[in-house]
Amino acid sequence: MAGVLAQNRKEIKDPEMRAVYADSIERMIVEGKNIVALDADLMRAIGTYPLWGKYPEQVIECGIAEANMVGVAAGLSSEGFVPFVHTFGCFAARRALDQIFMSCAYARQNVKILGSDPGVVAALNGGTHTPNEDIAALRAIPEITIVDICDAVMAAKLLPQIADTYGTFFIRYPRASIPRVYDESAEFTLGQSVQLREGKDLTIIASGIEVSEALDAAEALAQEGIEARVVDMFTIKPLDVGAVAAAARDTGAIVTAENHSRNGGLGSAVAEYLAEHSPVPMERVANQDRFGDVGSLRYLMDEYGLSAGFIVEKAKKVLSRK
Amino acid sequence: MMTSEQKKELTSFAADIRIDCINMISKIGVGHVGGCLSIADVLACLYGGAMRLDPSNPRWEGRDRFVLSKGHAGPAMYAALALKGYFPREMLDTLNQPPTDLPSHTDMNRTPGVDMTTGSLGQGASSAVGIALACKLKKQENYTYVILGDGESQEGQVWEAAMFAGAKQLSHLIAFVDYNGKQIDGTVEQVGGAPNFAQKFATCSWNVIEVTDGNDVEQVWQAIEQAKTEQVRPTAIILHTVKGKGWRYAEELDNNHNFKVNAEQAAQACAEFEQQR
Repeated sequence: MAGVLAQNRKEIKDPEMRAVYADSIERMIVEGKNIVALDADLMRAIGTYPLWGKYPEQVIECGIAEANMVGVAAGLSSEGFVPFVHTFGCFAARRALDQIFMSCAYARQNVKILGSDPGVVAALNGGTHTPNEDIAALRAIPEITIVDICDAVMAAKLLPQIADTYGTFFIRYPRASIPRVYDESAEFTLGQSVQLREGKDLTIIASGIEVSEALDAAEALAQEGIEARVVDMFTIKPLDVGAVAAAARDTGAIVTAENHSRNGGLGSAVAEYLAEHSPVPMERVANQDRFGDVGSLRYLMDEYGLSAGFIVEKAKKVLSRK
Repeated sequence: MMTSEQKKELTSFAADIRIDCINMISKIGVGHVGGCLSIADVLACLYGGAMRLDPSNPRWEGRDRFVLSKGHAGPAMYAALALKGYFPREMLDTLNQPPTDLPSHTDMNRTPGVDMTTGSLGQGASSAVGIALACKLKKQENYTYVILGDGESQEGQVWEAAMFAGAKQLSHLIAFVDYNGKQIDGTVEQVGGAPNFAQKFATCSWNVIEVTDGNDVEQVWQAIEQAKTEQVRPTAIILHTVKGKGWRYAEELDNNHNFKVNAEQAAQACAEFEQQR
């Protein structure tokens, strides 16, 4: 834990996440990894556009046809390539769901699907483009791995690791710059959550952009003498149930925080485990089963109850139920 | 041109595929008879010489690839694979009877010789295109073949795949449309409107070959030979076929997509197939 969290993390201004993605793709190509990067007319949106001309055999434009793109990726995978497939998360998980299911996961392919701008991160693209149901839809698919990226350090470290780990992945990934959480030296193991802060009173289990909010919430709670453990559950499937069990045992109360619908996401996964194995009071910070809307990220985080203050509120509520 | 001996060999292979196919379906008592019988002849051509393959090494890198996008015709493919020696013919008796390696729809992780998992219609079109693209990127000369259903081609994904393959000039991709004219709820025309496959593929920048009798191995063989001369575009071979071909009862049955077959019917069907060698 010590050293994992970035020092003065609020002062760090990271590059845009799309640049981290594009750099990671280029680095993997240059290193000779057998990857290909597919996109559905959103290369300019995710930052890989300059690579298209530079690496025409590895960077492939598929046009606005997400279902076909995912199917083509499955074909490439069956021939030994490691395809990274990008489109907005709403199209990746909703429009191409059947292709992710059959051509990728059921067929045991090695396809990495990057769904950009999860939940309220869709911001000015609005409710039509807001994926609040991607985890719910995908979590019922056996053997798939679902990752919710929380900052630039994690992205740069995990993307090559995901390339080297066989299987179908879905990666929730913001495009803009997001707050830093981790120190540059942090290392990650898929399937293992990271404890970012110790605390005895409750545990906040968060993922994606909610990790930074959870840390802010924990600091605010500490001001009031409440010590919250903070866990980054960046792999949502398979869930790190050991960390959930430990949180229940050690702190006796849990708040989950996710940028996704309360139905079927991280909170659901944690609740399912707790109900069966170690029931303790639990509260969930999540989209409350509402369609998304248009607005700035900060506006939407407040409107949908995702900012740190709401985590504080739920923390106090869960403590009252202990 | 095909010698009469070659034609006899392929015709006989097609009859064997039909016989094994109906026998295996009759063991479980029900199956996708119509669309299996309509593609027996193109399968006979592919597995009877058109494709480069090595049944003792199903994953041989130099092989031609084959995707049965209309995955429900798995039994016809299994018959062809067993007859070529990919696995023992006794395995055909296990069709759809767990634990089996021959599920209703083709599965690359269970059956030797199956290159892609299919079943959800339209998806095999894209995965075949992906395979053809992969082979091109690897600078391999092998061909990728895919069989699409005519009803299946109501799926938008087929045309997404067709546009992509045309744009990428995947000249070593050869797609067949099994245009037998029937699907579950009626004729293809009744259900989905008259499909002009030739025109559709042509507008997606494909080379198109129409085969007036897609159940004639000689015509199918010649179309494949012609397709292999194309240097730029992917080729679509439109096979005008008969659903349930070769078994009179099946051909005449109104709803012949998926139906029950008992041992007595299978024997009758096989007797008819024997006459077609």
